[in-house]
Amino acid sequence: MTELLKITNLNVEFPTRRGRFQAVRGVNLTVKAGEVLGLVGESGAGKSTIGNAIIDLLEAPGQISGGSILFEGEELCGRSELEMRRLRGNRIGMIFQDPQTSLNPLMTVGAQLVETIEKTNDLRGSEVEGRAIELLEQVGITEAKARLSAYPHQFSGGMRQRVVIALALAGDPDLIIADEPTTALDVSIQAQILDLIKQLCRQRSLGVIIVTHDIGVIANIADRVAVMYRGEVVETGDVAQILGAPQHKYTKSLIAAVPRADQKLERFSSVDYIEGGDVAMRRIDIQTHWLGQSLRERVKGKAIEVENLDLSFTLQKSILKRNRRMLKAVDNVSFTVNEGETFGLVGESGSGKSTVARLIAGLYRPDSGQVRVIGQDVVSQPSSKDAREARRALQMIFQDPYSSLNARMRVLDIVAEPIRFYKLTSSEAETRKIVGDLLDHVGLGARAALRYPHEFSGGQRQRISIARALASRPRILICDEPTSALDVSVQATILNLLKDLQQELGLTMLFISHDLPVVRQMCDRIAVMRHGAICEVSDIEALFSAPSHEYSRHLLSLMPRMDLLG
Amino acid sequence: MSHNLPEDGPTTRWKRFKDNDVVWSFINSPGAMIAAAVTVFLILACILAPIIAPFDPFDPSQISLWDGKLPPAWIEGGQSQYFLGTDNQGRDMLSTILYGGRLSILVGLAAVCLGMVLGVTLGVISGYVGGVTDAVIMRIADVQLTIPGILLAILINGVGRAFLPLELRQEFAVYVVIIAIGLTDWPQFARVARGATMVEANKEYVQSARIIGLPAWLIMIRHVLPNTLRPVLVIATIGLALAIIAEATLSFLGQGIPPTTPSLGTLIRVGNEYLFSGLWWITLFPAVALVVLVFAVNLLGDWMRDALNPKLR
Repeated sequence: MTELLKITNLNVEFPTRRGRFQAVRGVNLTVKAGEVLGLVGESGAGKSTIGNAIIDLLEAPGQISGGSILFEGEELCGRSELEMRRLRGNRIGMIFQDPQTSLNPLMTVGAQLVETIEKTNDLRGSEVEGRAIELLEQVGITEAKARLSAYPHQFSGGMRQRVVIALALAGDPDLIIADEPTTALDVSIQAQILDLIKQLCRQRSLGVIIVTHDIGVIANIADRVAVMYRGEVVETGDVAQILGAPQHKYTKSLIAAVPRADQKLERFSSVDYIEGGDVAMRRIDIQTHWLGQSLRERVKGKAIEVENLDLSFTLQKSILKRNRRMLKAVDNVSFTVNEGETFGLVGESGSGKSTVARLIAGLYRPDSGQVRVIGQDVVSQPSSKDAREARRALQMIFQDPYSSLNARMRVLDIVAEPIRFYKLTSSEAETRKIVGDLLDHVGLGARAALRYPHEFSGGQRQRISIARALASRPRILICDEPTSALDVSVQATILNLLKDLQQELGLTMLFISHDLPVVRQMCDRIAVMRHGAICEVSDIEALFSAPSHEYSRHLLSLMPRMDLLG
Repeated sequence: MSHNLPEDGPTTRWKRFKDNDVVWSFINSPGAMIAAAVTVFLILACILAPIIAPFDPFDPSQISLWDGKLPPAWIEGGQSQYFLGTDNQGRDMLSTILYGGRLSILVGLAAVCLGMVLGVTLGVISGYVGGVTDAVIMRIADVQLTIPGILLAILINGVGRAFLPLELRQEFAVYVVIIAIGLTDWPQFARVARGATMVEANKEYVQSARIIGLPAWLIMIRHVLPNTLRPVLVIATIGLALAIIAEATLSFLGQGIPPTTPSLGTLIRVGNEYLFSGLWWITLFPAVALVVLVFAVNLLGDWMRDALNPKLR
């Protein structure tokens, strides 16, 4: 195989007001025809920047400050905009992350294909349409001819990503750069798209660069892997070698942090070489501390009982009832969470798992059904004193660490808010001391109290959220995808923290996630949701060893194969 | 890692202030600096009118009809103590503009504050509570937006005056104008505040405040309101310019402040009557002052909109 793309000593810089930020430093990469190169790293590692640099689409003010990019022996650096435009589409195709935004919603799929084909080929008239149909068939879209006149919104997410791939193939390129091509897709569709890309790569002898943060994607599709850390490639090699026997310290800790699906571990393996946080902080003795005061009140019982919960959202408003279109978001859901256990809710996006969490937390009101928190009905009279008291025992941690903290409040005021509101302490000095203890305990350090949220990274912000949730001394913690916005190494430390807190404080946890390996590590029992309804409730080990419902089996079969991991 | 941006931020309060992105953008845009300088200069000059103005237009002993209609000092027939000439009543133009500007800025600021408080309150409630409350408030705002602002201000002004006894009309004219312009302004603020509130209310920090159990009014004041103020401040600067113009328009139409109390609008109106007799300075200088002030404030508002918009940074 010949070298299709050869990058030597590439440097990319972003001049900012505080000096030059080197996003990519001294990177060497090669891609051969018919091979998939995986570019893996955490956010900010510079992996997307490399992809953009190859086709000269760096975001302003980024610029290539050194090195060379040879594509089929020709130098790409320093080409004019016109020459690069000929190259893009014709010889290098691009697949972006989000199929929702990479297609024009006002043009039919056919029109977008025709536009691209006419730009990149010499075909005319009916030949163009023939080519468009051929392309759609190649990416596995059936009844291609009829589908040409459909608009992007009439396709599902996975189908849309297939159309994007067809567009990338339209110019018959030699190299395809796929930037997180499956991140916005559900796991069941992810597998199909990855298969398709791999198959196209082999058939047409394409070079493919897959940029991803997901080790699972790499394990499934890549032939060779380059691991990036802070702008540098720290390790390159065959996929089996990198995943099975990593050499570099960073690669080792990255792979160790990936949650295992095949067995349950006590804790996530401790990771070094990553963002600080778990540094030896002063941990408090929960038994004697203010935080643990309600610990002795815990009695074994039912923490959350949900019975026949229903909720519909209005999709299309209308005065006439028959013209209204409703979406059944939660359909007759019942389950019980025992005090002290971790109960998992899993499902793909749109399965209604987050809606159930918000119903329990009282953010939505159900159409019908019962929610009891610690035996107290919180639905029929939500503002009664008892219901409010029960609700206080329940706190929630959200997915997005960037929007879950008020940017205009100091961390002290954020964490102290429930303490002050419920007057849980006798003095302001005591409140401050408790906030300091809490921040110490979640691994941030008491000094964080006087800073503002934007001074913290995603993982640290999630620690602030956890401290805030603990400040009202809850008995139940709802975690709605608490780590899905975080890098895998940070995810491991946050999940370890949650596990520790649960054991120390005897918390009940409702853990919502789409990530089955994470759920296996965290949960005691699990409910599988689909289309707003519960398919199956079972013990976690029972589900992973012998799923009884067909959909659970399906979900389990779609987990990225990690057998390459040692 | 040495290549990364410096992690340890500035320490002292002043350094942190200078490090702020908005301040940085201000220091690095000459347009904003000039606009701010002009605005501050004009506002200071108007506020300090009693100290720096050569004459007091309210003091009859300093006014002589014999000195009326004198041209600016550099034109033949002008007198050096009346640098910008005098108006028909013999008042020094420079002093009158300074005093008039003071009144105009006061009316503008007060009207914008009134409109902002009213509009933001209604907008935040509307956006946070939603449902029927939202529909009612926003339909009222829509209806009001269909009526040209200046007509509405004239109406409110007229009604306001009709309710005042004759002897109080002069005295309260300024307040009536402020209320008239403020009431005309509120829908703009309400719309912006409502939009921002709806975005913020769906964010997870508001939801977590709800889960903590805070009452709605506290969430609105403590969490939502501070996060909606950026866009509101931007339209407030532009609104200030518009309110100054509205005051001038009302006064020009004879609906606002009585001609005995100078404001930029009344000066332009009075001067307008003498424009065709060749006495151009009575109307031109107040008009230039008005245009420069409004232009500078508008430029500031424009810059602020860009500087506060993270997408344009």
